[in-house]
Amino acid sequence: MPVLEKGALRADDWQVVDDEAALPDAPVLISLARLLRDAALLAGRNAPLGVAIGNDVNPDVLAPLLPRLALVQVVLPKSRDGRAFSQARKLREYLGYTGEIRVAGHVIPDHYAMLLRCGASTVVVAEGTDAAVWEASRKVVSIAYQHGLAAETPISLLRRKVA
Amino acid sequence: MSAKARSATMPVVITANRLRDGRVVWLGAGTAWVEALAQARAVTGDDAAAALVLGQQAEKAMQVVGVYAAEVTLSAAGPQPVSQKERIRAAGPSTEAAAQLAA
Amino acid sequence: MPEAPYIPQPEHARTYRYDAVDREFLAQRIAEFRDQVARRLAGELTEDEFKPLRLMNGLYLQLHAYMLRVAVPYGVLNSAQLRQLGMIARRWDRGWGHFTTRQNIQFNWTQLTDVPAMLDALAAVDMHAIQTSGNCIRNTTTDEFAGAAADEIADPRVYAEILRQWSTLHPEFTWLPRKFKIAIRGAEADRIASRTHDVAVQVKRDAAGAVGFTIQVGGGMGRTPILAVPLFEFVPEAEFLRTMEAILRVYNALGQRENIYRARIKILVRDLGRDGFLDLVQQELARMPLAPYRLAPEVVQAIRAHFAPPPFAPAGDAAAALARATLAEPEFAAWVALNTRPHRQAGYASAVISLKPVGGIPGDATAAQMEAVADLAERFAFGELRVSHTQNLVLPHVRQDELYALWQGLLAAGLATANFGQGSDIIACPGLDYCALANARSIPISQQISRVVDALDRTHVLGELQIKISGCINACGHHHVAHIGILGVDKHGAEAYQITLGGAPGNDAAIGELIGPSFSYEAVAGAVEKILLTHIGLRAPGERFVDTYRRVGQAPFKEALYARA
Ligand code: SF4
Repeated sequence: MPVLEKGALRADDWQVVDDEAALPDAPVLISLARLLRDAALLAGRNAPLGVAIGNDVNPDVLAPLLPRLALVQVVLPKSRDGRAFSQARKLREYLGYTGEIRVAGHVIPDHYAMLLRCGASTVVVAEGTDAAVWEASRKVVSIAYQHGLAAETPISLLRRKVA
Repeated sequence: MSAKARSATMPVVITANRLRDGRVVWLGAGTAWVEALAQARAVTGDDAAAALVLGQQAEKAMQVVGVYAAEVTLSAAGPQPVSQKERIRAAGPSTEAAAQLAA
Repeated sequence: MPEAPYIPQPEHARTYRYDAVDREFLAQRIAEFRDQVARRLAGELTEDEFKPLRLMNGLYLQLHAYMLRVAVPYGVLNSAQLRQLGMIARRWDRGWGHFTTRQNIQFNWTQLTDVPAMLDALAAVDMHAIQTSGNCIRNTTTDEFAGAAADEIADPRVYAEILRQWSTLHPEFTWLPRKFKIAIRGAEADRIASRTHDVAVQVKRDAAGAVGFTIQVGGGMGRTPILAVPLFEFVPEAEFLRTMEAILRVYNALGQRENIYRARIKILVRDLGRDGFLDLVQQELARMPLAPYRLAPEVVQAIRAHFAPPPFAPAGDAAAALARATLAEPEFAAWVALNTRPHRQAGYASAVISLKPVGGIPGDATAAQMEAVADLAERFAFGELRVSHTQNLVLPHVRQDELYALWQGLLAAGLATANFGQGSDIIACPGLDYCALANARSIPISQQISRVVDALDRTHVLGELQIKISGCINACGHHHVAHIGILGVDKHGAEAYQITLGGAPGNDAAIGELIGPSFSYEAVAGAVEKILLTHIGLRAPGERFVDTYRRVGQAPFKEALYARA
């Protein structure tokens, strides 16, 4: 499925690899279980490494491994389940992660601006998605009333310009 | 007779809220939605299932929201609601006409 | 589509005044919802997709129509806003509105196609319906006497407004496990049912006069009523928002999401234990950066300016004039005794406008009444008003020597019922007459009980008495924390009512105890009468019902209700 990044769609260049399959020498997305199990083995690997975490995972478990990760994928199993928002924020805000945070699952355009403000970088979207709809949704409200992690310009009081 | 078995044979009306204004409506003759329970079509058995399908189609066609079948009894004046909730949906709020609302 | 023209607001009413940025935000948000409504009507959004979007804009689908819940931020309003609410009631509803226990107002007969225009009309007076529903941080509630009460230590409106802004479309906390309710007060006296909230805040001052916050967490009603427990004794002002963020982050990560009845923070706090929950919050706080969350004194200052005291006049002999007027007119004296409260400013009082006429619908006000109250607020109270969680209105600052003229104005509008805090000042949710979730009716029960109680009150003077009615276990009518609580249940398809006794919402907070088997729709008012007659028989001089109950226990009340004749 395509990936939405900065207003444009692009192909997903990450390959999802099962826990027991061999790892190709290309960007791979593996499970948290495998990441923890094979941490020592993976240490010598050069190609980009990504991990997909469930919505019940405390990102703290990734802390020692983050320098080796180029992608952390969080998920909204249902559109109403907002745990990924906090996971993204923790990764960025105090775990010091600077790689890509990708959001998968039941993500709707109405989530988009808020996900970015929590530190997410990209969203996995359905085939045939119109990026313009997501951009419009992101921009419709350009003012925020609290600290966030997207590009933001303080205005006054608690307010910021965000879009 | 268990409640379930009874409900399978009791007449029902198909009801919903209209999408545009939220008002209570019932499926009347044909595919028309009516604003009075008296004009609703009471159906049983297979007819009830077919009428519910009509209702669901109307939901897809953006006419109504939240279609379901509500049990009724039959009387000369038309279908009569069984549950208190359906009585209130049909007749409006039961609150005493307080002076404050007369203004 | 044209936006409604901006309506000027009274100069001295202390509501938070929007500037161009706030108005731009609101216009953007309305444009977004107008587009969502159009997409729904055009079939581009299914009801499943539309529902969470409309809920975030306060729009429910109830029994008879859509219901629009408008936010009254921390219950503070001005006369221009109330008049506009009256206009909306007249133009797009059936001529009245319903004030809720969350200090908001709901319109019960809304049409979906009218909602964008209604939101424009609200924006014309700096109002909206954002976050009055959905699994987000809801309208913060506060003391209806805030900024006026004689016993106030710090003004909670300043921090309620800061919470309002901070929680508005919060990027991390808009998809929580469940709704999240915060209450904040600035006095020792708890007039806001603090411990029934997800988070209860008390603004305090330390010995040096610096502001800080006592925070309780994990209260809630519903199926499992729990009273909030202490979490922090004194959070410094600068760390207020950071602390709230940490609490919400722990809840967002760990709150249950599968079972709606276990999803509130009260269950998480109960399961982890207070110390276990505190531990997680402190771990979070230890790692969160300070700077971005620091509540800067300049921000507090700027917001405090919106709530500066109005230009009070010197007291003169206002108190003496009031005393003379009460001597001359016993009915007025009764209203003053029950419906006014002491003010911090000499010569002033806060006046409660009861929306609980005996036999009336609790919390309802007609458009004409809203307009009349707006006029009275302008004449007597700097144009400032409050909505209380008990579903009444308050004029916070009235000169004592003008209370008589105010009372006459209220009499003319049919709003001079003298019963604030008394047995006929019943809290009732909309119940089965309006609410799609209800098991049983609340309003007609309240109408019957108010007559029974009023009759007893006239001969026996019952004193302070809190009767609260909910039409289902969601407990919007706060029945768990009532002296006499009534809960509508479904008993084999018929409406039935359980009665709980001994609950209370404030400093003596307690969850009421179920007295026994439920009563039918026809029998419940009679049961309340028996309870009160039992109290009258047992009470010490001047003793409130709840104190008698706590002293003598359930037995005599059980006996009166259930003993076979
Ligand atoms: S308590 Fe139940 S019936 Fe009453 S308003 Fe709340 S959800 Fe509706």
